[in-house]
Amino acid sequence: MDFLFALLGATLRISTPILLAALGETLIERAGILNLGIEGTMVLSAFCGFVVAHLSGSLWLGLVAAILTGILLCSLMGLLSVTLNLNQHVAGLGITLLASGLALFSFRLVYGGSSTPPSLDHSFPQLAIFKGTVLEPLFSQYGITYVALLLVPLLGWLLQNTAFGLRLRSVGENPEAADIAGLNVYWVRYQALIVGGALMGLAGAFLSLAQLGAFTHGVVNGRGWVAIAIVIFGNWQPSKVLYGALLFGFLQALQLRLQAQGIPLPYEALLALPYIITIVILALAGRNASYPAALLKPYRREGA
Amino acid sequence: MFRLERGSPPVWWRALLPVLAVLITFLLVSLAIWAAGANPLDVFYEMLIKPLTKRTARFEILVQATPLLLTGIAVTYAFAAGYYNIGAEGQLYAGALMGALLGPKLGGLPPFFAITVMLLAGFLGGVLWALVPALLKVRLNVDEVVTTLLLNSVIIFFISALLNGVWRDPISGWPRSPSIAESAQFPGIIPRSRVHLGFLLAILAVISLWWILKKTRFGLELRAAGLGKEAARFMGVPVAKTMLTAALISGGIAGLAGVSEVAGVHYYLIDGISPGYGYTGIIVATFGGLQALGVTIAGLFLALVDTGALSASRSLGIPVYLGDIIQATLLIVTLAVLLLNRYRPVRSR
Repeated sequence: MDFLFALLGATLRISTPILLAALGETLIERAGILNLGIEGTMVLSAFCGFVVAHLSGSLWLGLVAAILTGILLCSLMGLLSVTLNLNQHVAGLGITLLASGLALFSFRLVYGGSSTPPSLDHSFPQLAIFKGTVLEPLFSQYGITYVALLLVPLLGWLLQNTAFGLRLRSVGENPEAADIAGLNVYWVRYQALIVGGALMGLAGAFLSLAQLGAFTHGVVNGRGWVAIAIVIFGNWQPSKVLYGALLFGFLQALQLRLQAQGIPLPYEALLALPYIITIVILALAGRNASYPAALLKPYRREGA
Repeated sequence: MFRLERGSPPVWWRALLPVLAVLITFLLVSLAIWAAGANPLDVFYEMLIKPLTKRTARFEILVQATPLLLTGIAVTYAFAAGYYNIGAEGQLYAGALMGALLGPKLGGLPPFFAITVMLLAGFLGGVLWALVPALLKVRLNVDEVVTTLLLNSVIIFFISALLNGVWRDPISGWPRSPSIAESAQFPGIIPRSRVHLGFLLAILAVISLWWILKKTRFGLELRAAGLGKEAARFMGVPVAKTMLTAALISGGIAGLAGVSEVAGVHYYLIDGISPGYGYTGIIVATFGGLQALGVTIAGLFLALVDTGALSASRSLGIPVYLGDIIQATLLIVTLAVLLLNRYRPVRSR
């Protein structure tokens, strides 16, 4: 039983950054933009959060810096893909390459090439609820994890039941009609990018300010790409995105456990599984996949 | 003075745009160099001029350009056909994997045959890794951007499993594949340098890219599909078949880039044999304007940036990641500057 709860606790912890990033990407994709800048956005957010927290001594300032970095990079994505109507996948990839490069460049500038990477004196603590009960190992999580879990129903409600959600979905499904109905398509897409960027920034902050308490080259290590896969796995719905993130977290936690126990297993197979499942889902859904209809399609107003 | 008017631009205007993109890029990157406390002009001199003055450095640029040209050409075939292959990185690794699997077994063959087998294996590896996303695209209309991107991670995990499993050296514990046979190693093509057969291969690939795109019916159909699928279909272009072929050629050439790194540089497969050459290939193709001459210049230029960043980091202490920043900025700026292709300059009175 203890083993199981510890495993599930690790699952929640590992799922958190993926969940946050995937929720952010969900909002952005529902508005019609595939943001391949996600991976780099997480890297630079993790770095900015770390460097601000390390130099100022305040974790909360670091958190704010990470979120602002996410918003800034996603606004840049907006400038390129919404305002200038550039090719979304190439622009997004450009942002990932640029942001990762900037993070590694600045890290080297601030900390030099020291062999012992700097780390925070204290990172965000784990908050135990259900203290002293059998559930304690499951619910001793970082605060951001609880926030991420609460965001799932909140964003689901936001998308389905509010005017903001309706506007967001309509510019992702049929921007022409949304425009005729009087919506400012560009501005709605920017709003989605700003909220999504904040979530990606939070994902980066979780990695460097809570889970690791440090910044390393491989801090994000493809989690952004996993998030892209999980958005598809979750059919662009926050609740199902949660299942995808938990599945990924579980496989990863299981892999770590098995490895720690010295069980010889090609654990890379477990790591690759979410990617393969996503591709299989795409193949099975084929033409019926419920992509936001205007995903990847730039929108330009008539005469603009 | 000049003003801009919508319309088809003259040729000199198109040729000017890449120069403009480079200038804007270097202006932007100067900010990062200032932040590092150095003089941008010193850094650019160290990066871009000095390597050209030394024999060793000049040839190192060609070694570095080999994978960049090959992935750039691979991406060009796909992008020109309107197929957004983000998977050159994974296809490169697939080619490298095939080379590493076959290479150690080719000891008995004369070099000519061994190398031919290596090249075919590399090409085939890339084709196989590109096959599933390409079929999903043309048969089921599944977006290729996500599938090709995700497969990159899958093959890197797979290779990592081999390196940490059956390939791990039992004595040293070092994760690397067995060395390939000497007869399968690419010969050097320039004495006293590391330039190998792969560079010749890249040049041949550039020439065949030019010939196929400009001189063959297939190339015409490929470009028609890239400009607009509906219109191409209306003109009688077999769009699905053309796209599939372009996607597979793209994968195959990316696979050649992988086998060329294994057989020309390392002689075995290690983790991180490509520091993102597949993604840099997207920059090469975009900056090169998806055509042979442009891709050649772009590949050599980005190789110069890579080589120069390394030497500037040694002599001036500028972090080597400056090269990555320059390349990524160049990609974004190029995309934006290409918007000017829709306009032409008109003399205003």
